[in-house]
Amino acid sequence: MEPVISIKGITKTYASGLQALKNINLDIHRGEIFALLGPNGAGKTTLINIVCGIVTPSEGSVCVDGHDILNDYRLARARIGLVPQELLTAAFESVEATMNFSRGLFGKPSDPVVIERILRDLSLWDKRKAKVMTLSGGMKRRLLIAKALSHEPQIIFLDEPTAGVDVELRRDMWEMVRQLRERGVTIILTTHYIEEAEEMADRIGVINNGKIIVVEEKATLMDKLGKKQLALTLQAPLTQLPSELLNYPLELSADGYALTYTFDAQQEHSGIHELLRSLDSLGIDFKDLHSSESSLEEIFVSLVKE
Amino acid sequence: MNIYGIRAIYIYEMSRTLRTITQSIASPILSTTLYFVVFGAAIGSRMGEIDGISYGAFIIPGLLMLSLLNESISNASFGIYFPKFMGTIYEIHSAPISPMEIVIGFVGAAVSKSVILGLLILATARLFVDYEIAHPVWMVGFLLLTAVTFSLFGFIIGLWADDFQKLQVIPLMVIMPLTFLGGAFYSIDMLPEPWHTVSLFNPVVYLVSGFRWSFYGVADVNVATSLGMICFFMLICLAAITWIFKTGYRLKS
Ligand SMILES: Nc1ncnc2c1ncn2[C@@H]1O[C@H](COP(=O)(O)OP(=O)(O)O)[C@@H](O)[C@H]1O
Ligand SMILES: [Mg+2]
Repeated sequence: MEPVISIKGITKTYASGLQALKNINLDIHRGEIFALLGPNGAGKTTLINIVCGIVTPSEGSVCVDGHDILNDYRLARARIGLVPQELLTAAFESVEATMNFSRGLFGKPSDPVVIERILRDLSLWDKRKAKVMTLSGGMKRRLLIAKALSHEPQIIFLDEPTAGVDVELRRDMWEMVRQLRERGVTIILTTHYIEEAEEMADRIGVINNGKIIVVEEKATLMDKLGKKQLALTLQAPLTQLPSELLNYPLELSADGYALTYTFDAQQEHSGIHELLRSLDSLGIDFKDLHSSESSLEEIFVSLVKE
Repeated sequence: MNIYGIRAIYIYEMSRTLRTITQSIASPILSTTLYFVVFGAAIGSRMGEIDGISYGAFIIPGLLMLSLLNESISNASFGIYFPKFMGTIYEIHSAPISPMEIVIGFVGAAVSKSVILGLLILATARLFVDYEIAHPVWMVGFLLLTAVTFSLFGFIIGLWADDFQKLQVIPLMVIMPLTFLGGAFYSIDMLPEPWHTVSLFNPVVYLVSGFRWSFYGVADVNVATSLGMICFFMLICLAAITWIFKTGYRLKS
């Protein structure tokens, strides 16, 4: 299937000389939730802003639904809604007025029914006559989402949508993202919280220092890179690892009661069998054992370190 | 063409005017009225006629021009500066709207305000001074051309300014002196040399003179020259705006 967004060889060097993006190639599939995961300063916002027309790329091209973002900007931009990272809202206008403004700006005739539905979905309907500056931070965040949805785009960008957001709004937001996906909307969100990517995304792209390090289905990414650990709780403490065990990737806890064995989940041969046999022959007894998968967090840290 | 987009910007800007009606309409009318009272009614009665026109009537076109210039510049510059300042301009950048359409929306609104204001000032002046308009069509033409040109100019200032001080400096340091020395209160024919010649380098002289001609049929400089100067300045402004949008200067990184 043709990707809904196709990013080819995008490089961005800011006027300051800082190279924020280095030869980015990325395809977004139609209808998916894509998480762009990376630490602060990685270039997430820069990439989003290029696709949305706010920042001019230094090199490369982007096609949205087959329309080049520079030559065919009207068709490309009409398909996109952007929720920016910062709380950038007008001050003196009413909620309703800014909604109508946003919809009109994107070339759509006013439609009170659509605006009402969006405002209700985001619990802003009661506030429609209120001036934007009287809204709380959480409500302003909702309003930014409402504005991005006002022209019924097929693609939504959410730039760090949960930064500084309370639990309730976060839950509402994810609920809404799922509903949007059910309607066929493609969602691209950026985050530096791994749990968020893990919880929401179908696919994850990891970006660091202006480079895309890896793009994978979430499950594949975790399988492929996930390490598993086997934790053993010993009957009697060890003062140090016996020399027979030194070539195993083992760690002994400070109190000498816990042994942790790390192995690659994707490898057929885990080595657990041999380990247990060695322990047995050394007369090391254990009373408990359990295995765990490493979280995306650890994957991420190990990727970024490379 | 994104008509709905232009309309959205236009409505947004016009509602800003309504919200700040005291500042944007009432206060320029009040200050211009004070000029009429002081110079027209009080001092004017002691002054001789200029070109056969009573002093009170003589200063009306010039005073109107003065308000028109100031309001066009300040409305248009603030209109585009404010979203830049608030950061809300991201929405306009990300919208499927062309630079020309953005200009039409913002400048169109600023022009509407200026023309409405001009007509209101004209109506108010009637309460204090008797005047007639010899060439009403030309009068409206000059009003419109001036409003468009200086709203474009204001738009450029708003794009260029990256702080409030820069927003103020050109209107205060350049436009104010030029308008006061632009023959609003006197005919430049009354000036001795070299000031008469120096005045001819002041573009506002041509605006005021042309505008006054549309009222009373008398002018300091040739009407065609006046018209030519306004159009020339308008073209410069249009060229500058085209360049700004093409290069993204002070707009996009
Ligand atoms: N307008 C700008 N001018 C110069 N440098 C910028 C600008 N915007 C962002 N940067 C720099 O580009 C890098 C990437 O920033 P950004 O895209 O905001 O990262 P992220 O969103 O992943 O935190 C950072 O080093 C940031 O300081
Ligand atoms: Mg960011």
